[in-house]
Amino acid sequence: MTTPPLLETSNLTIRFGGVTAVNSVDFSLKETELRCLIGPNGAGKSTFFKLLTGQLRPSEGHVKLRGEDISGSLPHEIARRGVGIKTQVPNVFNAMTVEENLWIAARHKHTPAFASDLAEEILTQLRLTGIAKREVGQLAHGQRQWVEIGTVLAGEPELILLDEPAAGMTHEEVERTAELILEINRKRALIVVEHDMQFIKMIAKTVTVLHQGSVLIEEDVATVLQDPRVRDVYLGKGLAA
Amino acid sequence: MQKLNEMRVALICAVIAAAGVIAAPYYIDLFQIMQLTVFAAMAVLALSLGFIWGYGGILSFGQTSFFGLGAYAYAVAAINFGDSTGAIVMAILIPVIFAALLGYFMIYGGVSDVYLGVITLTVSLILFNLVNSTAGDFYKIGDARLGGFNGMPAIPTFNMPGDPGYILSPEQAWTVTGLALIVVYIGLRVLIASTFGRIIIAIRENETRAALLGYDPRFYKLLTFMIGGAIAGFAGALYVNWGAFVSPTIFALGLSAQIIIWVIIGGRGTLIGPVIGCLLMQWMVTAIGGQQALDANFILGAILIVFVLLVPKGIAPTVVDLVKSRLPKAKSDTANSNAKVKA
Ligand SMILES: Nc1ncnc2c1ncn2[C@@H]1O[C@H](COP(=O)(O)OP(=O)(O)O)[C@@H](O)[C@H]1O
Ligand SMILES: [Mg+2]
Repeated sequence: MTTPPLLETSNLTIRFGGVTAVNSVDFSLKETELRCLIGPNGAGKSTFFKLLTGQLRPSEGHVKLRGEDISGSLPHEIARRGVGIKTQVPNVFNAMTVEENLWIAARHKHTPAFASDLAEEILTQLRLTGIAKREVGQLAHGQRQWVEIGTVLAGEPELILLDEPAAGMTHEEVERTAELILEINRKRALIVVEHDMQFIKMIAKTVTVLHQGSVLIEEDVATVLQDPRVRDVYLGKGLAA
Repeated sequence: MQKLNEMRVALICAVIAAAGVIAAPYYIDLFQIMQLTVFAAMAVLALSLGFIWGYGGILSFGQTSFFGLGAYAYAVAAINFGDSTGAIVMAILIPVIFAALLGYFMIYGGVSDVYLGVITLTVSLILFNLVNSTAGDFYKIGDARLGGFNGMPAIPTFNMPGDPGYILSPEQAWTVTGLALIVVYIGLRVLIASTFGRIIIAIRENETRAALLGYDPRFYKLLTFMIGGAIAGFAGALYVNWGAFVSPTIFALGLSAQIIIWVIIGGRGTLIGPVIGCLLMQWMVTAIGGQQALDANFILGAILIVFVLLVPKGIAPTVVDLVKSRLPKAKSDTANSNAKVKA
């Protein structure tokens, strides 16, 4: 008997009224795999993530984590099973400091003292020590993205979902994000949604292209970038990034 | 470091306040002591809403449900037990059980914030009507007649624990009530500084994020709601101890609205704010009431509008901001980050 994949979706579908935002997606991710998920605006990438994390319930189909069906589970239950997400719109605790944001995330699994140490470690890793005592609500968008990535890391998930982690970052920050993702990937599986093709080239091995809620193509990065269908999809929608 | 310092300051203030409570009867006449007693009981009630609304993000329009249940539970138990100690326990226990049931239904049932407000309001109205219709000999719990709209008179007030014969004097009752307010305040401060407190603030700030980190927001909200119910119920016992009387008007809408006004004026998201708001407004109502020339409700309404428009954060946060703007910049930055969460 083979071990089941880390994550597997079958016929995963969600409809909002007439719109089928995610349409019968069969997706599979191995342990410690790094996958890029691309597709034009409105392709259903963020919605797909919401289905994986329990923020939305599928209309049809299933999500399995290590073979166990988690479709219909609540967000906190899925989080406890080791799935962490950085959402597209920053989801942070605005009235708390950077340090406290990370501490709360780490505290779920650890004692207060250990959580402080872990938060400290991640602050250093993400070079956030200088703003550790700043209130997150007062930070710039790019910095809040970092804080949210830090929060996700502090939760020590085994599968990390990053929804447009490089958006609004400077070129230098984008490169650092790419490095960080590769570093995280040594131990953990990731799915990264991104528009920036330069960024994708820096990190990607296998790329899944989503178009109108369905998987258009799933290949290695070079093949995907040369595929005429991918170019059509992006040009058709007017690729801005 | 900052947290420790803030807690130390709070403790020193509490000790000073406690000394003031104990010393007050030597300097103030009995009439004023009696007034301070009811003010302090109401301030405990204000803290209950200040906690669940300011820190848990739960706006209950029916905090009087728990206050009234606590008051009636105390009254019935005190009459039956002939001793106040167990009655005070009942005044906390019954509202907590009620808050657990009501809260479970609302919070695990996924009721939205607005409807939570509507439901809590409705529940307090239902309790008012229920208790209001309990006149007559039929409605008795043990020796205690509920009395319907007439209320329950001559309820035994606090006695020395273990000595039902030793009834506390009004001065002693004041000391107990004043100290109870301080203990509840410090207790909440400690709670908010604990992991539980950090988590409920996190949930207030961003429920989705908290859930995505593995915290079940429903569980924490329910606990918060129950703690609020416990404190409000305890305030009910303190209130009955002051007046030796309780009637269904304790559930009335007017009081529910006042609690919300106290919190708004004093400052939501702090603990000292609701206490200040409550003491200030009650003192004003008493002062205005004494004159008879002005309508108290009209003045209260006017004050509320002025606050909402000019001091929207409430007294305590505004004062903190003012003080901070006078401190050196570097210091005020760190103070700022903690103050919003801690104060
Ligand atoms: N809650 C919702 N209600 C209705 N439509 C939605 C909702 N969420 C997403 N959609 C629609 O689903 C489609 C996919 O959206 P989204 O997943 O955000 O795309 P992407 O992240 O790939 O840009 C879009 O057409 C969007 O308008
Ligand atoms: Mg998106």
